Amino acid sequence: MNHVLPVTTSGGGGMSALLIVLLVLPLVGAGAVALLRANDRTAKLTALAFSLVELVLAIAVWVGYEPGGTRLQMTSSVEWIASFGVHVSFGIDGIALVMIAVIALLVPVIIGAGWVEKLPAGRTSGGFLSLILLQEAITIGVFSATDVFLFYVLFEIMLIPMYFLIGGYGGARRQYAAVKFFLYSFLGGLIMLASAIGAYAYSADHLGGSGTFDWATLVTVLKTAPTSTQVWLFLGFFLAFAIKAPLVPLHTWLPDAAAEAPIGVAVLLVGVLDKVGTFGFLRYCLPMFPAASKQLAPLVLVLAVAGVIYGSLLATGQRDMKRLIAYVSIAHFGFIALGIFAFSSQSEVGAVSYMLNHSLATGMLILVLGMIIARGGSTLISDYGGMAKVTPLLGGMLLIAGLSTLSLPGTNSFVSEFLVLIGSYPREPVYTVIATVGMVLAALYVLWLYQRIMQGPVRGTALVGLAGGPGTAVAPEIGAKSAIGDLSKREIAVLAPLVALILVLGVYPKPVLDVITPSVGATMTEVGFADPVAAQGGN
Amino acid sequence: MSGFFSQAQQLQAPDVAYQAVLPMLLVLGAACVSVLFEAFLPRERRWGWQVALTVVTLAGAAISLIVYGNDAPKAGVKTFSDVLTIDRPTLFLWGTLLLLAFGAVLLIADRSVEPGGAFVAQAAIRPGTLQDRVQAAKVGMQTEVFPLTLFALGGMMVFCAANDLLTMFVALEVLSLPLYLMAGLARRRRLLSQEAAVKYFLLGAFASAFFLYGIALLYGYAGSVKLADIATAAAGTNRSDTLLFAGMGLLVVGLLFKASVGPFHTWTPDVYQGSPTPVTAFMAACTKVAAFGGILRVLMGAFASTNWEWRGVLWGVAIASMAIGAVLGLTQTDVKRMIAYSSVAHAGFLLVGSIALTSKGVSGTLFYLLAYGLTTVATFGIVSLVRDADGEASHLSQWAGLAKRSPIVAGVFTFLLLALAGIPLTSGFVGKFVVFSAALQSGMAPLVVVALVFSAVAAFFYLRVIVLMYFSEPAADGPTVTVPGAFTTMAITIGALATLVLGVFPSFALDWAGAGGFTF
Repeated sequence: MNHVLPVTTSGGGGMSALLIVLLVLPLVGAGAVALLRANDRTAKLTALAFSLVELVLAIAVWVGYEPGGTRLQMTSSVEWIASFGVHVSFGIDGIALVMIAVIALLVPVIIGAGWVEKLPAGRTSGGFLSLILLQEAITIGVFSATDVFLFYVLFEIMLIPMYFLIGGYGGARRQYAAVKFFLYSFLGGLIMLASAIGAYAYSADHLGGSGTFDWATLVTVLKTAPTSTQVWLFLGFFLAFAIKAPLVPLHTWLPDAAAEAPIGVAVLLVGVLDKVGTFGFLRYCLPMFPAASKQLAPLVLVLAVAGVIYGSLLATGQRDMKRLIAYVSIAHFGFIALGIFAFSSQSEVGAVSYMLNHSLATGMLILVLGMIIARGGSTLISDYGGMAKVTPLLGGMLLIAGLSTLSLPGTNSFVSEFLVLIGSYPREPVYTVIATVGMVLAALYVLWLYQRIMQGPVRGTALVGLAGGPGTAVAPEIGAKSAIGDLSKREIAVLAPLVALILVLGVYPKPVLDVITPSVGATMTEVGFADPVAAQGGN
Repeated sequence: MSGFFSQAQQLQAPDVAYQAVLPMLLVLGAACVSVLFEAFLPRERRWGWQVALTVVTLAGAAISLIVYGNDAPKAGVKTFSDVLTIDRPTLFLWGTLLLLAFGAVLLIADRSVEPGGAFVAQAAIRPGTLQDRVQAAKVGMQTEVFPLTLFALGGMMVFCAANDLLTMFVALEVLSLPLYLMAGLARRRRLLSQEAAVKYFLLGAFASAFFLYGIALLYGYAGSVKLADIATAAAGTNRSDTLLFAGMGLLVVGLLFKASVGPFHTWTPDVYQGSPTPVTAFMAACTKVAAFGGILRVLMGAFASTNWEWRGVLWGVAIASMAIGAVLGLTQTDVKRMIAYSSVAHAGFLLVGSIALTSKGVSGTLFYLLAYGLTTVATFGIVSLVRDADGEASHLSQWAGLAKRSPIVAGVFTFLLLALAGIPLTSGFVGKFVVFSAALQSGMAPLVVVALVFSAVAAFFYLRVIVLMYFSEPAADGPTVTVPGAFTTMAITIGALATLVLGVFPSFALDWAGAGGFTF
């Protein structure tokens, strides 16, 4: 029984090892930080150090990735459960790389942002940060798994730290939100498991032997499956991903989860974890079930466009800032899904870059709102007003984050949204035109949010206290709570990288697009769709 | 006259493959010795001798099983005039039973959690009184439970291996009667415990009657009680299908009752709640193994060829069981009742694997039984630790905020609950995976989807306990967590470690479970 496990690697053993280190390092960090329960400061410093090293490694992986190279790079594989053909195998393509880079960037940012945050009684920073690092490790694993079984395992495991992060450290209704989050995702995951087993069974019938869970093999085997089979299997995967990247009507867990989660956790949840859903569309639904993807695309497009409009309208009507963000995200996920299921290379590249840019823009928006909430102690928009007079820098940051969220030209999101719309139009003009309404509504909810919080006379209970009565306008120098100060150096340091990326990628998106485009092209080839524009003989 | 003599000469003692059945003989032999211990040893010394005897027996049986299993013929051995079959599934089931019984015996033998053990010493002495304490200090523990356990275990082992229905019935009684008694032995909350025993006995007697009537009808159909003969008869078409399916139905009801598959589960919550917790652990883990061992063998051996006729019915039963377990589990406020309903849901999942009727279905179900049993033993071990002045604090509200007071116990319990819910990297997930993939491959995709949905529903009540333990404030006069003695610690450790190992490295156990098929 004592045979040596064969490890197969490709793309240079060194780079494969780098990816493994990238996966393991946060786990080590989580363990180390968990042991530092007693000492908050040491725990924070340790966690920050680990997350920064992780970021450096992620940059190294980015540099080492060859955009023109093979489909999956830095692969490694070890047999896990022989009788079911299950392997522990990792590898990344451009899409996964971008998402891994985002989470590696966001984790140190949220650790910095939550440096002075007060945790609920009886909780320690050690526990909190250890869960965050654990979450990082598992999420990177989800993006780099190339075995469908392993992907499922990590997809479900990913819920557990998030469940404890929301349930243990969240707001007043955290228990409800945590359980709702878990059950929704768990149900989706189980349905996906049924499809995964179905795919496995199909491969067993067609390959002979015991079948396989290897992604690349499954893609080649399932591609030729009859459409009816594909549709059933597709639906299982699709349901799980549609819950994760919430598409209307499966979105109801997100506003609760995002509103109850602590700020940093909300950034991770909306910024990265939900992207697993859209990532899953691209990595699993499209290549494995191309015929079903084509057949069911209208259904997905309806849900996507409904999400854009519905999310935008509800965002406009929200009174709570964190819930507003959740609905904004639902609208943006609609855009991403539109781009993915419009099947043109522009729209797909746009969708993938939107996944990145939404993380940056919304992540920053949540962080800035978190800073506002930390000052005012309230999440209601109506408790604020004229804040820019007291805290001009914070006002500026909110404006940058907001403008990036509404995709102003010159910010990163504009590039993505433009690509999605221009790429989707030739094939799906109706849906695209309807979705464009979402852009208009985006201006409405973002600017109105900014106006209510930052402009006008200083007002609101969070800023002036109850002394003057609610809604009373008072001159800032008299009424403003003395505790409310502008951004501290730490907060500026936390926001600076995000601002820089938002502006740079708005003007010069090439580095990101270069990494994404070949992988998207490969996905398009797997689906078997030619570009509508190219089919007409170039531009 | 000469005819009589020649007949007498034909009547030979059957060949017995002693090496193959040695584990079973050891357990049954030790059960008899254990009765003698009860009769002849002085009270004060019985506990030590009984524990030693039981543990040594289980270890010896396990060793003889391993020694035999290493070079056992792959096709299996039939012995005792072909009434017992020692094939690969039998060996796996026996191994599982011995391991689970070992865990349960550790819990049963523990005297540190509840001074004087969990079992009633003398019905006239009320628990918690001075007399009770004096008695606990002087006499130690009431030890009838050890021979009863060994007899029940012996019955289970025969039940798994039985190749004809009559042997199976005898084994069923041998395993059931001690269990009825054991259910009524609780030191605390005696009325609940006695009620549980009576209920279990009455309903169990009914189930046995069903089983026996089923055998009678099948004998009328096939002219034999051997599984293989029934299968042969069912392959021909010139006999009454009514007899076959009525007989099968009654037989299977008896089996489903033992396996606490809904809607034949009604005894389960009361008996799980009322029995002393170590006995519940034994019952929940081992009885399920034996019952599903029997179900697998009967379905595969006697009725595989007619599966088109009856499989739809068992689909319905499986769905009913999952639905009852998952939905009623949501409304429970008592930990033990909750786990009881969870076991009903799990029985539904196991039935899904059992009616796949393929070698993968068999190996998947066997693995599931092993994984579920180990998790269950550890779970009940933890339940026995959380106590207040009246004994176990099994009401859910008393578990609020447990993580603050004893993070290790809460952590281990959380892990076990996640395993019961079927979260990846626990044995519970691998079990579900192998069972459902087998079912899917034999064309039961809709049933698998239903099963997965009910898995998600059932996850809710496990989560509820985790929420209570971690996210709620502890009650002011809440229960304390007893520091367990060596025995209970060992049982919990074995169960929890196995849950992890089988979840992360399941290959070896899957290989054992899939090493060979049934022989009839």
